[in-house]
Amino acid sequence: MKKNFILEELDCANCAAKMEESIKKIIGVRDCSITFMTKKMTLEADDDGFDRILKDVKKAVNKVDPEVEVIPS
Amino acid sequence: MSRKQKKRLGRICCGALLFILAVVVSGLELVTDRNVQVILYLIAYFVTGGDVIKKAVRNIRNGQVFDENLLMVIASLGAFLISEMSEAVGVMLFYQIGEFFQDYAVNNSRKSIAALMDIRPDKANVKREGVISEVSPAEVRVNEIIVIRPGERIPLDCIVTGGSSRLDTVAMTGEAVPRSVREGDPLISGCVNLSGVLEARVTSEFSESAVSRILELTENASSRKAASENFITKFARYYTPAVVVTALLLAVIPSLITGQPRVYVYRALSFLVISCPCALVISVPLSFFGGIGGASSKGILIKGSNYLEALAKADTVVFDKTGTLTRGVFKVSDIRPSASFSENRSAKEAEDELLLLAAQAECFSSHPIASSILEEAKARGLYEDSFRDQSDSSGYEELAGFGISVRLSGKRVLCGSRRLMRENGIAADDLQEVKEGSHVFIALDDKFAGHIIISDELKADAGACITALKKMNMKTVMLTGDHKKTADIVAEKLSIDEVYSELLPQDKVELAERLISQERDGGKLVFMGDGINDAPVLARADIGVAMGGAGSDAAIEAADIVLMTDEPLKLITACNISRKTLRIVKENIIFAIGVKVITLILAALGAATMWAAVFADVGVAFIAIINALRASSVKEINMTAH
Repeated sequence: MKKNFILEELDCANCAAKMEESIKKIIGVRDCSITFMTKKMTLEADDDGFDRILKDVKKAVNKVDPEVEVIPS
Repeated sequence: MSRKQKKRLGRICCGALLFILAVVVSGLELVTDRNVQVILYLIAYFVTGGDVIKKAVRNIRNGQVFDENLLMVIASLGAFLISEMSEAVGVMLFYQIGEFFQDYAVNNSRKSIAALMDIRPDKANVKREGVISEVSPAEVRVNEIIVIRPGERIPLDCIVTGGSSRLDTVAMTGEAVPRSVREGDPLISGCVNLSGVLEARVTSEFSESAVSRILELTENASSRKAASENFITKFARYYTPAVVVTALLLAVIPSLITGQPRVYVYRALSFLVISCPCALVISVPLSFFGGIGGASSKGILIKGSNYLEALAKADTVVFDKTGTLTRGVFKVSDIRPSASFSENRSAKEAEDELLLLAAQAECFSSHPIASSILEEAKARGLYEDSFRDQSDSSGYEELAGFGISVRLSGKRVLCGSRRLMRENGIAADDLQEVKEGSHVFIALDDKFAGHIIISDELKADAGACITALKKMNMKTVMLTGDHKKTADIVAEKLSIDEVYSELLPQDKVELAERLISQERDGGKLVFMGDGINDAPVLARADIGVAMGGAGSDAAIEAADIVLMTDEPLKLITACNISRKTLRIVKENIIFAIGVKVITLILAALGAATMWAAVFADVGVAFIAIINALRASSVKEINMTAH
């Protein structure tokens, strides 16, 4: 499944790169791309347990910056 | 400025005032008690860098050791410990000021570039049972009536049922001249209504409207990243740890050897200040984003920064002929009365009379060739549609595949192929030279009267496009399903390097593959087509460029770059944007890495202070951002420039 999200309050380009890197390591994530410019995240992950994966993704995002909110777009 | 930003600015101002107070107090020795001085500096420090410290603590807990905030805190606290108090606070202050401006610049450019691409209509005025109400465009159904007021964006594809106005179509077509519309004209969603109130019947739902398709395309654009963007993120990953480790070594080893820890710890702390790769990590994607935004404001949609990057490396451009270089519309290109027909007539008269004969003969035919003859006769003022009703169709006979035989004021007129002449025993002149296009032969009372040549017209800017590509040292190739003769003539006219003619659609893919395999030194192959029959080639080429974005879905899907208008010259604009963007990216990479490396060396040798280090960090980032913004300003190319 491929889904787009908005990362609200994302305000550091290096953080975006770090988030992307750690999300890619999550099991079940096939691909992830975060664009700092548009605050957009494209997540491609297995259909099975997508909710669990999404939870991990949010955790990974907030580990880098707790103020960022992951909103489905 | 957001509330968050205002708060930050306030903190920076307070911090700056406290810092000045501390400097004045200790500089003029107003208070000689050293402890009071330290406390003053510490207050200034915590006011200025409170949030940085908070973030640093949080990141340690999360196991993020190489975090810029943490490194900044270590650097400044380290300075405190070696009693460089004014530098400790100053570095933190300038870091904050730099970060503030950086964010401000990035946010502004983010917004301004996004505005270049923003064509999303946010509302529709729908008229239901006589009452106009404002709803989201997604709620409007097909065949409902919407009202579009001046200044509003057309929310859905529709047809005008009332009113007339002018439209700004620049976002959808790149065409700068406003287009006038009146009842019965189709409206493309995304255009802006300029002057009058329009009522229109919706023809497709929002998700199917042109604007939705384009939005989908641009919004996903930046998820396809360019190689240089990936290079930067990779670089950043190793840069920070490398600098931190070097700083550690610098603090320890020379100190042990020379026994002057204070000097070397200071130098090591300067290192930490420069350890953030921010300038690069921000400016490179921002340049690409700017390039894509600038291009879309000119009606050029680029599906990802990787394509923008690839376009700069293009060295071969392959064109489809019909509809791409030519207009795909047939037109009379030459009229050649025979010698006998020209007798007692001036050249112009002979041409006009021959054309009129052909027009009268062809007026009942629906063949495209017939309509191009009628078109030309009308353009010359020789013929009007009403003539058809008056003309006598009694002797009219259409000979499928050959032409037409008709009686006009008692005279028999034959109009058709060379074979039609031959079968009627009429000797047609041999052509002196080969010309492209279809030939129509005309005989009057069984005597050859001349022929008319009909060909596809070259687009006005096709020549300028090819010339500009040659100036950029690109090879040009043309593919077509047309006859060799026609293809060769077009290619020669445009001075295209290679021509492949009489191709079937599948041949085109094969040929594109062969051309791609011939590419050397990382050169890229561009294929440009109008999207009719060539979607597979568009997909196969390194960079597929489709024309006429509001038209074919398949082309938009398959292409990497979509030109909203049918002008080949837009390709040159796209190439220029791509080259400019890549140049800016290169400048930024070299500038940022260069300044950092030089400052690192100077700091290691003790020649750069912590102040210089702060500049190398935030100052460089700021300059790189300003430079990146240049990518979004695009110069339009027009034909007069050539």
